[in-house]
Amino acid sequence: MTKEKFIYGMYNDDDLMIAGIKQLQSKGIHVRDAYSPFPIHGLEDVLGMKWTRIAIAAFIYGITGLTLAVITINYMMIMDWPLNIGGKPNFTFYQNLPAFIPIMFEFTVLCAGHGMAITYFFRNMTLPGLPARNPHPRTTDDHFAIEIAENENKKFSKEEIETMISESGTVAVFEKERIVKFL
Amino acid sequence: MVKEAEVRDPLILGKDVTYHSITEDVCAPIEGKAGKLWWGLFSVAIVLAIWGTGMILYTIGRGIGVWGLNNTVDWAWDITNFVWWVGIGHAGTLISAVLLLFRQKWRMAINRSAEAMTIFAVIMAALFPGIHMGRIWLAYFVFPVPNQFGSLWVNFNSPLLWDVFAISTYFSVSFVFWYIGLIPDFATIRDRAKGPMAKKMYSLLSFGWTGNAMAWVRFEEVSLVLAGLATPLVFSVHSIVSMDFATSVIPGWHTTIFPPYFVAGAVFSGFAMVQTLLLVVRKVLHFEHYITIQHIELMNRIITITGSIVGVAYLSELFISWYSGVEYEGYAFLNRATGPYWWSYAIMMSANVISPQLFWFKKLRTSLVFSFFLSIIVNIGMWFERFVIIVTSLHRDYIPSNWSMFHPTFVDIGVYLGTIGIFFVLFLGFTRVFPVLALNELKSILKSSGESYRDKDTGHH
Repeated sequence: MTKEKFIYGMYNDDDLMIAGIKQLQSKGIHVRDAYSPFPIHGLEDVLGMKWTRIAIAAFIYGITGLTLAVITINYMMIMDWPLNIGGKPNFTFYQNLPAFIPIMFEFTVLCAGHGMAITYFFRNMTLPGLPARNPHPRTTDDHFAIEIAENENKKFSKEEIETMISESGTVAVFEKERIVKFL
Repeated sequence: MVKEAEVRDPLILGKDVTYHSITEDVCAPIEGKAGKLWWGLFSVAIVLAIWGTGMILYTIGRGIGVWGLNNTVDWAWDITNFVWWVGIGHAGTLISAVLLLFRQKWRMAINRSAEAMTIFAVIMAALFPGIHMGRIWLAYFVFPVPNQFGSLWVNFNSPLLWDVFAISTYFSVSFVFWYIGLIPDFATIRDRAKGPMAKKMYSLLSFGWTGNAMAWVRFEEVSLVLAGLATPLVFSVHSIVSMDFATSVIPGWHTTIFPPYFVAGAVFSGFAMVQTLLLVVRKVLHFEHYITIQHIELMNRIITITGSIVGVAYLSELFISWYSGVEYEGYAFLNRATGPYWWSYAIMMSANVISPQLFWFKKLRTSLVFSFFLSIIVNIGMWFERFVIIVTSLHRDYIPSNWSMFHPTFVDIGVYLGTIGIFFVLFLGFTRVFPVLALNELKSILKSSGESYRDKDTGHH
């Protein structure tokens, strides 16, 4: 478990936080992250973050599920033990395909949904039993915090950074250690 | 800040609602003590649940001979209850998925409890095919697992197997969707919790949620993609349930209109159940600011639309049974409307087709008491719809000497009432332990759709 110390600035409004981040950035300070009680649209652009690729992962999981369903159904119903049901065509996968579509679809959704959910939990490091890592309990209620690393802003001294944060409309500035890596 | 059009009514009422007051309001039922009304409802539910559990165990112990089934009517209440519960379980994911894709913000006040209702309803539904197997310990036969009987695989051509996949996928994906939305809200409760036990419990439930920028980006993307995946799922599940009937050759079941007709009926009954529950929740937990008359009215509109679709389906069925020229098909429908079960057909028609039309009157669809009353009527009507489809199609088959009636035994009734009891125990428990409103999502619409912010000229307060 690796821990690191960061400087945090707390705001009591989302618009004030966005304005504060922009003000700090214009002075040349790198804001590495922000904590909020709800999703704020456009925050990731302000912080210069890239959009997540988790949807692509979901697509890949879905394709995997579809493939698995086709392989399993083909093995069980066509190769291993073909069933003659009222003399309906059942000798090839293609002939029997219409009746297989529902399960192929369901299994695709099952794999895409759960695969994406598991990826989501690991990427966010939100897993059962992990401790809370938000800088202040009120960032899940009505406060908004920005996170600044001292070693990413070597141009300024710690005191300078803290003054600049407090001038950007914050209600509190503090320093705190947090877990950055679990393994 | 994007402002909404002035003509739209605010979704969050109250002049002094802030981010913090939303947290306070939503956490109040969890942190406070339950009132008398809650305990009253819970006691009734738990008695029914215990009685029902007893009846379920009795069924498992003695076999399904304890039900009122006979040689002719070999599917009755059990499958009726199954379809009824699955239907009810359609509204939650419809609200959270379909309305998310359509960017309907009013879903945010109701999606959490609707999804909880969905999950509990699907659990109740899944119980019925389970106990109908007779030997429930052999339930693993429905999965394509290698077994000790040689190459005995499940039949992938069978709608009953499609059902297994559809319901398990629907249940598990809905559950994950619901839980992912719950995690940030659990974190809010965790960070407010005072007692050590509560802190520990909500810490565990919130998975260590932080709420950093990237986590929210992923949250939104996952919600969107899951909504996209869940939307066809909602439609597929009840289509597949309908194919349990439609792919058979029983007159009255063998119709191609079944999938869309069942889906519309499912949404219809699901919204009615959501309406029933929300009207109680909003009163008991004091959520009048969040679940407004506007929400109730919008839900009533959906009930009217889906009820009308169901009505059109009933009439098309009747027309086609005559137009097809098939004598058995024609008789099945004539028997439904005028045979010994005419009363159940009459209940179905009046409750599902006629009664929702009353919502064309604005006065009625904005009345809380009337909405509650009508939602119960619709729930009853939809149970009778399934009863009509199942029992009246079976009880008079091709050989008149086989004709018979279905009489439920006390076990049939007990199991059915028991599932209602278990459902309410789960739902009432949910209202005490879980955040009943999606509080973090509500905060995200407070500035654009909240009364306390909208009327101000500046974005700041």
